[in-house]
Amino acid sequence: MVEVIQLLINGILLGSILALGAVGATMIFGVLRFAHFAHGDFMAIGAYFALTVVTVFNMPVLAALPVAMLLTAGLAVGIDQVVYKRIRRVQPVILLISSFATALILRSLIQMIWGSSNQVYETGIQLPWRIGPFVLKPDHLLIFCAAAVLVIGVHLFLTRTRMGKAMRAMSDNMNLALITGIPADRVIMWTWAIGGALAAAAGVFLGMDTRLHPVMGWTLLLPIFAATILGGIGRPYGAIFGGLVIGCAMELSTLVIPGAYKPAVAFAIMVATLILRPQGIIKGAT
Amino acid sequence: MAPGRAARRGQPEMSLLQANGLYAGYGGVDILRGTNLRVEADEIVVIVGPNGAGKSTAMKAVFGLVPIREGEVIYRGDVITNQPPEKMVTRGIAYVPQESNVFPSLSVLENLELGAYALKGDNHERLEKVFAIFPRLKERRHQQAGVMSGGERQMVAMGRALMVDPQLLMLDEPTAGLSPRLIDETIERIAEVNKLGIGVLMVEQNARQALAVAHRGYVLATGENRHEDTGPALLANPEVAEMFLGG
Repeated sequence: MVEVIQLLINGILLGSILALGAVGATMIFGVLRFAHFAHGDFMAIGAYFALTVVTVFNMPVLAALPVAMLLTAGLAVGIDQVVYKRIRRVQPVILLISSFATALILRSLIQMIWGSSNQVYETGIQLPWRIGPFVLKPDHLLIFCAAAVLVIGVHLFLTRTRMGKAMRAMSDNMNLALITGIPADRVIMWTWAIGGALAAAAGVFLGMDTRLHPVMGWTLLLPIFAATILGGIGRPYGAIFGGLVIGCAMELSTLVIPGAYKPAVAFAIMVATLILRPQGIIKGAT
Repeated sequence: MAPGRAARRGQPEMSLLQANGLYAGYGGVDILRGTNLRVEADEIVVIVGPNGAGKSTAMKAVFGLVPIREGEVIYRGDVITNQPPEKMVTRGIAYVPQESNVFPSLSVLENLELGAYALKGDNHERLEKVFAIFPRLKERRHQQAGVMSGGERQMVAMGRALMVDPQLLMLDEPTAGLSPRLIDETIERIAEVNKLGIGVLMVEQNARQALAVAHRGYVLATGENRHEDTGPALLANPEVAEMFLGG
């Protein structure tokens, strides 16, 4: 029992990281109708942006987080303007393939700039808290709280602001948004900015929890898409839910199968969702 | 609003909307072949005709959703041919498509607010105006539009369009899929909207009811104008009756 609860704690932690990535990926899908394969590498580059801020300015990771989010948001908008915008009117599969290429380019850039070996934000050992039989690292609580703040921020943006509502409208009915006079290009730019910023946050949190590595984001791409599909693709609230479920499932699976198969669990859930309930778990909810 | 209308009265030759000799279609195939349309301010104009006549295409072409190859669209004296929809909205033209004309996962209120997205200023007054026409929408403003009945969704769609304070309201088959009682109610509402001084151009399958309230009507067939007359005169025309109104 203790072991299950401990794994759940770890699962919620992984789940919040996945949720941040999945919200961005699902919003991009909702507005642009393509699976953005470079999303994991947005996470990685965001993590490395933070690393540079941490090492150059000697700042704590959490202070570097907003800088990394801003830089990645800018990068995402820039990549959209240079690469995706030109091919937006052709078939979505072309966009998907070009995002694959973008992913490879980003990963290679990371290796060229920051090197291909493992790196960490802070060296030294962080003493974990012991609460009864459970172990919790201070960083974990920090990650969870920061992720919660960001998710609430996204919620307020989507429900309270004009741009957020326009984004949901475009994701709901592209044609009607156009007829209504909603400026598609501006909404698309905001979608990339927010998707990029959230991916960066996910990357930084992942880096805090483990280590930085050029493929750190790429390896999480599958669980992230599993989360978006489980929550109903195009639905930000579904993606949060999906992220938490996939995160917990991946951690709990180590009770019965070796830890190396964790990504296979995400894949299995994704396949099962696609077969049994392709519209996602919470279709019909906002 | 009032001085504008007086000015238009001073120049009777300037129509609210005029489409002259439109040739338009998809992928190089013309669906409209020299279609002419005219809507005067304060008028209800109905387009009827058989399936595939180009009724919906004519509406889309006017609103800039289907490229016009030849011909021109003039709105209150300005040429607006092939302008993008957001320009149409800011000029005061609103368009309600036939299908999927609401944002299903958004609330009624959000649907209406987004209707005025292209406009500056406060929405409060505009909302009250729409709620005055459709009191039902005020009651259900927090309801998700996607789970509402067909008739209510149609109200949301028209309300969304009215949020831009349009001079011209374009409706593509507003009664499609509604029950007979709701058809009458919807047509009544359209007449009510028109009484506020809003010109209405609509495509309608239920030609009889629509022509009864229309000031003028067009009969379109294979992208060409076949007949143009007042609503009652078209209803009385035996040829029109036989062709399009089911005897």
